[in-house]
Amino acid sequence: MALEFRHVSKSFGGRDGGSLLAVDDVSFRVEEGEFVSVVGPSGCGKSTILSMTAGLYQPTEGEVLVSEERVTGPNTHVGFMLQKDLLLPWRSIIHNIEFGLESRGVPRAQRRERAMRELAHCHLEGFENHFPYQLSGGMRQRAALARTLAIDPEIILLDEPFSALDAQTKLLLQNSFAGTIKEAGKTTLLITHDLSEAVLMSDRILVLSERPGQIIAEITVDLPHRDKPIKRRLMPEVGDYAAQLFKHLKLEEKAA
Amino acid sequence: MLRTHATKLTSAAILILVLVAWEVLPTALDVPRFIIPTLSDSMIELKRMWTNEGLLGHVTSTALLTLIGFLIGSLLGAVMGYLLGMSTFWEKVLSPYILALQIAPKVAFAPLFIMWFGYNSMPKLLVTVLIVFFPVLVNVLQAMRTVDRDLVNLARAYNLTRMGIFWKVEMPSTLPNLMAGLRIASTLAVIGVTVGELVGGNTGLGYLISYGGGQANAAMVFNAIILLTVIGFVLYAALERIEERVLHYLPKADH
Ligand SMILES: Nc1ncnc2c1ncn2[C@@H]1O[C@H](COP(=O)(O)OP(=O)(O)OP(=O)(O)O)[C@@H](O)[C@H]1O
Ligand SMILES: [Mg+2]
Repeated sequence: MALEFRHVSKSFGGRDGGSLLAVDDVSFRVEEGEFVSVVGPSGCGKSTILSMTAGLYQPTEGEVLVSEERVTGPNTHVGFMLQKDLLLPWRSIIHNIEFGLESRGVPRAQRRERAMRELAHCHLEGFENHFPYQLSGGMRQRAALARTLAIDPEIILLDEPFSALDAQTKLLLQNSFAGTIKEAGKTTLLITHDLSEAVLMSDRILVLSERPGQIIAEITVDLPHRDKPIKRRLMPEVGDYAAQLFKHLKLEEKAA
Repeated sequence: MLRTHATKLTSAAILILVLVAWEVLPTALDVPRFIIPTLSDSMIELKRMWTNEGLLGHVTSTALLTLIGFLIGSLLGAVMGYLLGMSTFWEKVLSPYILALQIAPKVAFAPLFIMWFGYNSMPKLLVTVLIVFFPVLVNVLQAMRTVDRDLVNLARAYNLTRMGIFWKVEMPSTLPNLMAGLRIASTLAVIGVTVGELVGGNTGLGYLISYGGGQANAAMVFNAIILLTVIGFVLYAALERIEERVLHYLPKADH
């Protein structure tokens, strides 16, 4: 078991002294090597769940465990990626990929070797000495994934990493991420707004309610080709799963 | 390429036009030379100043004080900006005083400094340091407040220490603002030194301005002003060069 939430609640103190409950009694487990997506309405606490896994916030109640260890602060087990690539604009791509390794006492030569390997995994050969502004949005996200993989985390957290991309780039990038992650055998938690993306990429999908976020459904995606969303996309069952999610999120009622 | 060529040519043409107008117009309009001296009058006076007034010494003194005042003032401003930027508590405590000092006209301190330190370089340097300090401080502080929180969180997730976050994320993030602050400061440094020299002492281009003014020697005043401008210009241009190097990673805007 790689990740576990045990009755986790999180409230934020408001300006006026009142508090806002963002996540309400959430429990779930993610097994090693599993790819789990979290979907839910905007503001329901998805990013908060991710921040608690990364150890950036502490839960108000309950506990978060990564590899059987309680998360009490930022730790070496997790790597995270956001919609923004968060590349450092003043560093070349290879130096960006090495960024996470620098504070972990990895010697310089080894750092470079690992960074070059991830650069190749993410299909960015030849761009190591470019600066972020010289890369396209999709390439920058791949560089961010390379940086995340370089620290060899047990869990990868993805917070809408594809949502700023155009439809074609998105599809290609989903495919390349899925392949790379499967090959690396990493446990992954993907937060997304995109229901079909969740179906295409996951083993399992958690559906959250409106704020305060509670898990209202858990759907196991029983389809092949998790490592090739482009192939999975052609399967007729994908539509059924998406429709199921659609229903759980009560999108029809909301539109009415 | 063509455009830069065109802009350079036009700039040069304007300069020539202004110089010609300066030479011709005062005589043509019958303006006496003690009010507006012509270009050639000023050049003759410049030569006289070089031989009789020890112009080189005055220029060196002003340039040196400008540079030293700029360096000290911006160093202090940057250090203070970063320190306050790292401590919300002290920033909140000190910000009203910083604002007050920022609003206070710094050049007005010059007579006070002369009372305290006498007619030497100290008052000039102090005015310059004071006037340079604030734009750098304010720019750095502003930039520290707006460093991307997500970048800082990323660094935290990578287990960087507080100092690691400062040196690897915050400090480089604020470089564009620091450089902008330094550019503003460089133009103010010349003003600081000039005011110090105007108010007291007998060295520097500022002194030559008040001396020339007292003698109704407009050409001397003109020359001193031009030389002050040149000093400020050189400092500014040097900073622009440095900025281009340091901020090479920013995409260049194509106009
Ligand atoms: N640091 C914080 N301080 C105060 N409130 C916060 C903080 N972070 C999040 N919140 C609040 O918690 C709730 C959940 O936020 P969160 O960012 O987790 O939502 P989300 O599900 O990721 O939304 P979206 O899909 O729009 O990204 C929101 O109401 C938000 O205003
Ligand atoms: Mg979010």
